[in-house]
Amino acid sequence: MPNRINIDWSYALDAMPYLLMGAKYTVIITVFGLLIGFFIGVLSGMGRLSQNKIVYGLVTGYIEIIRGTPILVQAIWIYFALPVIIGININSITAGIIAISINSGAYIAEIVRGSIQSIDRGQVEAGRSLGLTGMQTFVHIIWPQAFKRMIPPLGNQFIISLKDTSILTVIAVPELVRKSQEVVAENFRSFEIYTAAALLYLVMTLTISTILRTIERRLDVS
Amino acid sequence: MIIQVKDLHKSFGSLEVLKGINCNIEEKEVVCVIGPSGSGKSTFLRCLNLLEDITSGQVIIDGHDLTDPKTDVNAVRTEVGMVFQRFNLFPHKTVLENVTLAPVKVRKMSEQEARQNGIELLQKVGLEDKADVYPDNLSGGQMQRVAIARALAMNPKIMLFDEPTSALDPELVGEVLSVMKDLAREGMTMVVVTHEMGFAREVGDRVIFMDQGVIMEEGAPEQIFENPQNERTRSFLRKVYS
Repeated sequence: MPNRINIDWSYALDAMPYLLMGAKYTVIITVFGLLIGFFIGVLSGMGRLSQNKIVYGLVTGYIEIIRGTPILVQAIWIYFALPVIIGININSITAGIIAISINSGAYIAEIVRGSIQSIDRGQVEAGRSLGLTGMQTFVHIIWPQAFKRMIPPLGNQFIISLKDTSILTVIAVPELVRKSQEVVAENFRSFEIYTAAALLYLVMTLTISTILRTIERRLDVS
Repeated sequence: MIIQVKDLHKSFGSLEVLKGINCNIEEKEVVCVIGPSGSGKSTFLRCLNLLEDITSGQVIIDGHDLTDPKTDVNAVRTEVGMVFQRFNLFPHKTVLENVTLAPVKVRKMSEQEARQNGIELLQKVGLEDKADVYPDNLSGGQMQRVAIARALAMNPKIMLFDEPTSALDPELVGEVLSVMKDLAREGMTMVVVTHEMGFAREVGDRVIFMDQGVIMEEGAPEQIFENPQNERTRSFLRKVYS
C-alpha cells in the first residue's frame, strides 16, 4: 500500500528545471523526428501512388512493417539490434529521432496518399489540358489542395508522435518521462512529479494544436 | 484541315468505346457532336487532346500526330483549349489566378501581362467584377464562363467543349451558350459535345451523330435535324424532342 501523504507541489516546482531539461529533449526529438518523418512520408506517400511496381512494393512493405509492429519494439530494435548488424553504436537520442522519423513517416505516407487521392481527377485533367506538365500540375494544382486536407490528420500524427517519445525512456533517452522517473527515484513524490510531467505533455500538445489551427485558418482564406 | 482523325479506336480493358472514327475538321469550323449517352462522344473529344490515350488509329492536330511518341503533347495541348462538364476550376485560386496560371507557367508570360490579358478575357465573358473571388462563390454558369476564359487565355487554335451546359441549372444555360456563340462568330474552331440541339442547329456548321462508338451520320444541321437518313439518328431525335 502506498503511503497517503500530504500533497506538496513545492516538490514539483523544485524539480521543474530538471523536468524542463527532459521536456527539451522531448521537443528536440519530436521536431527533428517529425521533420524527417514528414519528408519520408511525402516521398513514401507519392511512392504509394507510383505506377512503378518496385517503388510501390518497397513503400508498401515499409508502411506495413511499421504499422504492424509496436513503436516500443522499433525503438529498442534500432538502439540494441541495429548496431549488431551495422557494427556502429547509435547514441540514444539519435536512435530516438530515427525511431520517431520512420514511425511517423509511415503514417504520414498514408495521410499524404489519401489526401492526394481525394483530389478530383478533373483537376489533373484541367491542368494537363492547359498544357501544364505532370509536375507543374502536381506542384501548382494538386499539392496545394491536398496539403490543406492533410493538416487535420497531420495534427493528430504530430501529437501522437510527441507522446510516443515517452517510450524512448526504455532506451535511456533523457526525455521527460525518464527525467520524471529519476526525480521520483530520489524524492518518492510520484503524485506531484508525474502530474507535473503530464501537464507538461499537455502544454506541448496544446501548442501543436494551436499552431496547426492557425495554419489551417490562414489557408482557409481560399 | 486542323484536325484529322483516322480510324480511331479506343478501348477501356475489353470494352471498345470507339470503333473506328474518321473525321476531318477545318479551321474555323464549329462541329457539334450529338448522340445518346455511352455513344463514345465524350471519349472521342478527350482523344483529341490525349486526355485518353489512343488504342489505335491517328489523331493529327494542326500537323502534329498525337500518336507519335516524338510529339510534345504538352505543346499541342497549349493549342487546344478544353471546357469540361464539371468546370474543374482550381478552387484554391481566385478567378483571375485560374485564368493566369497556365499563361505564366507554360507560356512564361509575365505576371503583369497575364493579368491584363486575363482581365480582358473576364470582360469578354462578363465577369471582370469577379476577378478576385474564389470559384466557390460563383454560380455554375459563372464558373463555366471562367473555365472558358481560362482555356482562352492560352490563345488556343481549337476549343473543345465536353457537355459544357449539362451540369447547369436550366436558367444558367443561356449565358454560357451566348459566350460560346460569340466565340464561334469570331471564327474559333470548335468541337462541342452537347445535348443542346438548339445550339447545334443555330451555331454548328456541321453536326455529327454518334452511336455505339461510330459516327452514324453527319452533315449540315438542317440535314441532320430535318431530314436524317439514318434510322438511329431519327429515333434519337424523336426521343430528344418528345
